[in-house]
Amino acid sequence: MTLVSGWGRFPVVDTDLLRPRSFEAVGEAVADVTGSVARGNGRAYGDAAIGTARTVAMTGFDRIRSFDPVTGRIRLEAGVLLADLIDTFGPRGFLPFVVPGTRFVSVGGAIAADVHGKNHHCEGGFGRYVDRIQLATGEGETIEVSREQNSDAFFATVGGMGLTGVILEASMRLRPVETGWIRERVIAASDLDAAMRALDAGDTATYSVAWIDCAARGRSLGRSLIYLGEHAGKDELADGADAFPLGRNPGLAVPIDMPSMTLNRYSIRAFNELYYRLGARRAGGSQLVSLYPYFFPLDSLADWNRIYGKRGFLQHQCVIPEAGARDVLGDILDRVARRGDASFLAVLKKLGQGDGLLSFPLPGYTLALDFPVKGGILEFLDEIDHLVVAAGGRLYLAKDARQSRATFEAGYPALPRFNAIRKSLDPKGNIRSKLSQRLFDEV
Amino acid sequence: MTSRKSVLVLGGSSDIGRAAARAFARSGYDVGLAGRDVAVLEPDAADLRARYSVEVGVYRFDVLDTAAFESFVGSLPALPDVVISIVGLLGTQESAQSDLAHATTIMRSNYEGPSLILGLFAEKFLTRGSGTLVGVSSVAGDRGRALNYIYGSAKAGFSAFLSGLRARASRGGVHVVTVKPGFVRTKMTEGMKLIGPLTVDAPVVGDAILRAVENKTDVVYVSGKWRLVMLIIKTLPEAVFKKLKF
Repeated sequence: MTLVSGWGRFPVVDTDLLRPRSFEAVGEAVADVTGSVARGNGRAYGDAAIGTARTVAMTGFDRIRSFDPVTGRIRLEAGVLLADLIDTFGPRGFLPFVVPGTRFVSVGGAIAADVHGKNHHCEGGFGRYVDRIQLATGEGETIEVSREQNSDAFFATVGGMGLTGVILEASMRLRPVETGWIRERVIAASDLDAAMRALDAGDTATYSVAWIDCAARGRSLGRSLIYLGEHAGKDELADGADAFPLGRNPGLAVPIDMPSMTLNRYSIRAFNELYYRLGARRAGGSQLVSLYPYFFPLDSLADWNRIYGKRGFLQHQCVIPEAGARDVLGDILDRVARRGDASFLAVLKKLGQGDGLLSFPLPGYTLALDFPVKGGILEFLDEIDHLVVAAGGRLYLAKDARQSRATFEAGYPALPRFNAIRKSLDPKGNIRSKLSQRLFDEV
Repeated sequence: MTSRKSVLVLGGSSDIGRAAARAFARSGYDVGLAGRDVAVLEPDAADLRARYSVEVGVYRFDVLDTAAFESFVGSLPALPDVVISIVGLLGTQESAQSDLAHATTIMRSNYEGPSLILGLFAEKFLTRGSGTLVGVSSVAGDRGRALNYIYGSAKAGFSAFLSGLRARASRGGVHVVTVKPGFVRTKMTEGMKLIGPLTVDAPVVGDAILRAVENKTDVVYVSGKWRLVMLIIKTLPEAVFKKLKF
């Protein structure tokens, strides 16, 4: 048995961690026990990628099956990391259509969480560019699912948190790009209204996201820096510039668990103040930045989750439908600012319609916050959840380690349909994760 | 064949073999993958073609079938620029202590086979006047330890072979690299208790092999820490060493 946790390092669970070497062995691993789920690169924050009995590690399946350099179509094994795709095919003029805030996620995990990026408001989530998925069901059988074939199972698998079976392989489309550079425009917004207006105005931008100073209160509540971005063409580069700047592996790492007092209301407020002022100076003009810092600012600091200390941290990411979002977001931010320990990772962004039955996105605004695990935090987040549910919103399963069944069921009305499809694929209920045990499965 | 440089990886389906093949293909080499089961090599060959648009061939090669070595070398479409032997077998020390057949297989897989096949390529390379041979040996060959001296002694023999071959071949324009990876997270070491700070992932070894070939390094400890660890282990007096249980 092995102790395993998600990126948030909470909870930590003892599990039978298997590393199969063939797809046949994957099928056998899930079919002969009740309670297994696939695990990619372990970047889900909570308990999504930990089986109730067994956890099937998939990162060994990292082969590209085929690639068409004309159309950008690629067939690959589920354990390939987006970092690998970007490094390998970026210099050949192709990138994933959708990337989340870290490139160290597997393709299988990206499908299972139907991850979104800074372009969700106009281009949709990761699943939109996936045409075909090969799945090992809980019975140990291999099936192909697509929009045309087993389409119910396809839309349950996109965003289905690995609960329809183990994703073995996928066919998808990559985005043709001329360069690995992003033309970035920064807008400083002095309060929440200005931030939301700037995001609305940024609807036409391919990429848009707002970083919120969640230590700011009163008239400055919700003050933000909005980052808009477009892929830069070759003609925008200076003469002699490298068309595809290679990403470096993290040079810095957090070597130890920081004492939990490192992040306190004073250090967080000081950091946020500094960050806002430095960012506001860049506002107005536009500049070229490499795709790596643009999309993955935290990837340059390896093991940054250790900054929260040994007890780990909780990420809270909700989405609030567009109508009425202003008041609910204002209320949440106000409570967070009063509490004082929300960290530098407060992100606001617009989302469009999700594709999968359980995909997180819906048209509205998503707010991501993170909190060190300490006394009172669970009760505080329950209060926030009430606001989210009352507004018709929901929480992101890939980030979740603690929401209640009531919150989950209220947020995901397609759940009964999902459960029926899951049951037809896996009548014995072999595929079970700690997350499904907490939120989905009959007790 | 193209005008690109080429590498042949013996033990191409091992984790280090796959990593080395990727490292060389990424830097533009055509690749030959050789192993016991050609069907196992095909997906990796397809992976290399899709990623790097290089030519990749797969060949059947069994390190224990020494009688077939000459025809194996002769059957290759062209003599490669670089040959890497990653073949090896950890085996089980405890059973090898009494099971002669198992001990023999460990010795032949780690010493006899890899040495003979690289020796054969060395003759071809010397005739041509160029080429690089890479032998993946082990820190276990630096000193025989109670817990793995059968594997370790075979690796020691292989290291000695590579050392002598390097001295001879360097005069003929042929370079020989000895690689001592230390602990690597692979199929071979799965389930073993490895010491975290001394353990690396296979791609680190693959990159180190490519660098060693390009820089004409003689002996590579993949992690510098191992050079120090083995220096200490090698200099312990025998009277002390024999009391150690590792």
